[in-house]
Parts: sequence; C-alpha cells; structure tokens
Amino acid sequence: MSGPMTIAEKILAEHAGCEFVEPGQLVEVKVDIALGNDITAPIAIEIFKKAGVKKVFDRTKIALVADHFTPNKDIKSAEQVRMLREFSEDQALVHFYEGGEVGVEHCLLPEKGIVLPGDVVIGADSHTCTYGALGAFATGVGSTDLAAAMITGRTWFKVPESMKIVYKGELQPWVCGKDLILYTIGNIGVDGALYMAMEFTGPVIERLSMAERMTMSNMAIEAGGKAGLINPDDITRDYVDKRANRPYKFYTSDQDARYAKVIEYDCSTIEPQIAFPHLPENTVSISEVGTVELNQVVIGSCTNGRIEDLEVAARILEGKKVAKGLRLIVLPATPSIWSEALDRGFLKIFADAGAVIGPPTCGPCLGGHMGILAKGERALSTTNRNFVGRMGHPESEVYLASPAIAAASAVLGRIGSPLEL
Amino acid sequence: MKLKGKVWKFGKNIDTDAIIPARYLNTFDPKELAKHCMEDADPDFPSKVRAGDIIVADSNFGCGSSREHAPIALKAAGVACVIAPSFARIFYRNAFNMGLPIFECKEAPELIEEGHEVEVDADSGEIVNLTTGKRMKAQPIPPFMQELIRDGGLISHIMKKIEGH
Repeated sequence: MSGPMTIAEKILAEHAGCEFVEPGQLVEVKVDIALGNDITAPIAIEIFKKAGVKKVFDRTKIALVADHFTPNKDIKSAEQVRMLREFSEDQALVHFYEGGEVGVEHCLLPEKGIVLPGDVVIGADSHTCTYGALGAFATGVGSTDLAAAMITGRTWFKVPESMKIVYKGELQPWVCGKDLILYTIGNIGVDGALYMAMEFTGPVIERLSMAERMTMSNMAIEAGGKAGLINPDDITRDYVDKRANRPYKFYTSDQDARYAKVIEYDCSTIEPQIAFPHLPENTVSISEVGTVELNQVVIGSCTNGRIEDLEVAARILEGKKVAKGLRLIVLPATPSIWSEALDRGFLKIFADAGAVIGPPTCGPCLGGHMGILAKGERALSTTNRNFVGRMGHPESEVYLASPAIAAASAVLGRIGSPLEL
Repeated sequence: MKLKGKVWKFGKNIDTDAIIPARYLNTFDPKELAKHCMEDADPDFPSKVRAGDIIVADSNFGCGSSREHAPIALKAAGVACVIAPSFARIFYRNAFNMGLPIFECKEAPELIEEGHEVEVDADSGEIVNLTTGKRMKAQPIPPFMQELIRDGGLISHIMKKIEGH
C-alpha cells in the first residue's frame, strides 16, 4: 500500500521500517532520543532496576535533565537528582545535565543539537512536543514508557490523525508565535486536537524564527495534541547545521496528504492574546482585557525563555522600572542563553528595572520554587499552563501571555501592551 | 472483571495539577502522593475517599503533564476506576501502564451523580447506575489489558511473564 503522507506519518513510517503508514495503525518505532527529568526519571530508573536490566540500549541516546527543581529546592528533590546522577555515571550516559550545566530541557536539547529534524523523540515530560518545530516527531510519555525505551530503544504508537492549521496575513505589532498558539488553543479548545498531530503551516509560519516556532510546538499539548509539527525549511537548516553532530533528515508533508481537519486563520486580525485562569483556552484579546492588576510577572520557561524572548523583554524594559510592589522574575532558560543575555546587556537592563534574575530552572512554572504565589495573588507568565494552583496557592491566579506583554505589564503593574508605554 | 463503588463526581478538563499538584512531586512514594490526591479540585477528597470508590468526570480527564504520579496517586488513594467521556492521551496511556482501569463513556456525566453506586463490567463495557437503574455503555477493556491491570501495571505484567517462562 502507498499514498501521500503527512510529515508525522513519514517520520513514523521510516522509524517503523514501513513504506507507508496511515492514521489508526499501530506501529513499533525506533527512538532516537529518550528524555527524562528530575521528576519523571526517578520512577523510570526504579523500573529499569526492578526489571534487572544491566545496560541502557544506547548511552548516547538518553538525555536526563535535572531542570524542574534546580537548584535543588529541598532534601527530597536533591535525592531525586542524586538518583539521576548515579544512574548516569553507572550507565556512562553522555547527556546528563545538572547544576551549572542544566537548562530547561526543551530549550537545552535543541540548542545542543541533541534532538534533530526527522527524529522520533519521546520524553517523560508533556512539553516534549516542542521538537516538532524542528520537524521531529516528538511526544510526551510516562515514566514507564521511558523505562521501556531506555531498555529496548523502541516504543509503540498509534499513528495519529493530523490537523493542519494554516496561518495567513500580516502580523500586527507585538504579535508573535505565543499569541498565535494561544489564539489557536482559544479557538479549538484544550482538547481540540486530542490524540492528533497538529501541523502549523502557511506564510506566517514560514517567516517565524526557530524560537517562535518552538513556542508554538511547545503548546500543542495544551490543545491535547500528540505532536505539533512544522515542516523544516532554510530557517530550520540555519539553526540546526551549526549544532548537529550526527546526520539528520528533513521530512515534509505531501501536497495531497490527508488531514482529519484543516483550519485557516487570517493573522492580520489577531491581537496579542492573554489566557485567563484557569485554562489555556480562556483567551482574551489585549484590547478586551480591562484592568487586571498583578503581583508577579515571570519571563522564562520552555515556552518563552529563549534569547529572542529576553531580547524583546529587554527592548521594552530598557530605561524603565518595574511597577512598585510587583515582582518581575526573569529566568533565562539555559546557561548559554544566560551568558548571551549577560554579554548583550539584557541582564543589566533587567537588573536596573528592578527584576529578580534567576538561574535556568522550571521552578515557578509548575509551582516548584523560585516564585511561588500566595493566596489571592495574581501572576502573568510567559509559561504554558494556568491550571488551578499551578504556580502556588490553589486560590492564586495565572495569566499566560507573550514576553512583550509580560515586560510591558511588569512596568504598568497590570496587564497591558507595549503600546501603552 | 467487575468493579462496584461509590461515585465522586468532577467536571471537565481535570488536569494533572489538580490530580496531584507539582509541589508534591519531590517524591514518588504512592502513600505520600495519595495524601494530596485531587486536593486542588476538592481539598477534602484525600480524607473522604475510600478504597473501591469510583471517579466520574466530564471530558478530557488528565490533561496537562505527563506525570505518572497522577494515576499512581489515584490508585494509591483507593480509586478503583475513572469513568469519563474522554481522557487526555498521555494520561490514558499512563493509567493502563500503572494498572488503573479507565472507561470512556459519553453519557456518564449526565446519568451518574455524586454519591451514586455504580457497577462497571470491564468485559462488556456495561456500566449500571445501581442507584437509578440506568444503564450505559463504555468501551470494553480487552482481556490482555485486564490481565495487565490485575498484575498491577505494565512492568509487573512483563516481569510476571518473564518469570513464568
């Protein structure tokens, strides 16, 4: 059997050793990179040991990134990282990161060229779908699936149906990839792409930087998506070429590939988007927000902690002060982003504005540490989830937005746009 | 396999932070996790849930994180199964891998209320609301998956198979 295929189907077919796959088919595929973090890998390591297996399938293809509670916030989290460290030493894993080497996993792995176009990546972290921006099939799994992949180098999937989303038109000022993905989730809902591979296409996507593409793919899971893919192009090649130290392959969807659903957006009508508590689908255009006063603003995370994000924030914050009584927390996502932000003067701008500059960490995004909210407090964050209790007390609130809106809001003391400054 | 229990009812889009908040993920001890199960959705849940109770929720149960701690916490809290019109895909896979049975049933949120007694037949997928007598249909769980659940999850299931041979 043969026929046209989407990028997701092509990658899965090749990794399953098939000419052709179609939605609904169960396939066993080889895994190029299997990822775990300080929350999910300890369970996988326990399972690995319980299974009595001596060696991982390939010590170059497993990445353990202790990014969630770094710098380790308490004895229990330090013990979890110790498990990762001892396992990594024992198995001579090439990709183990902690302390001064660790970055937020979904920024770190692409930056180091560990995940590449055409790969199948599974990660015991739901935002593993970020690598779809490189043209990889990447999806989140649980610790048990990670353990199985560490042992066998393989995993199974049901080939997902694909949903194509076409972005057309010219972007309005201060509208970026974050706004596009929030708008999309607001439109289709938090289960609008349940079980599906989302494919972001169209002239707007073709012009987006890799950073913005990664922001979009990162949040595919917030629409229930299994993956969030972008067909690789010259922008992808520019990003990947200087980082890759193994061969990679570009797969692109056939013109006549079949989609379960096709949606088209005219982006020229899309304003900066804010997701209100307590779901990413509760999106509101900036002009309709009204007065929402803030106690905290967070800029960082696997969604928006890249150098391009910090650059936008620095441009807005230069020569300005954070509003009295508001905490601005800036967390560059990896050590090299931190260092570049220092070299380019961004950190000085943030410090002079009155921001707290922290280390690369997932910390506050999941209510771990480094910026927890008290009862009744309200934060605007460039992260990806605003569930009840996500950043602290169950009666606190999180609003999601882009780095530009975050920086402007930090100055205004309420949710607002750079156009108001 | 038949499951019978008292129902706790929840709404749409119950996320993994509601099932087990990330602030407790510095451990993966099931007993510890059970103490905080569902607490951001209902602070009293950990103290009032009893072994064998059943959760009925609306669509997209388990959305959000990939944390296996979510089905671990539910199972350790004594939850016998979860019934909902749909589940987020990572949670769906994790639940079976952990040995927590889940049933997809469109009418459940409409026909089952908190405090009702329900009986679920995993073989046929039939759900009976014993309080009202109403019957509804869920996707049955195939025999190999039931065996996996009885063995306590994917890994114990595989280990048992290896030892058996």
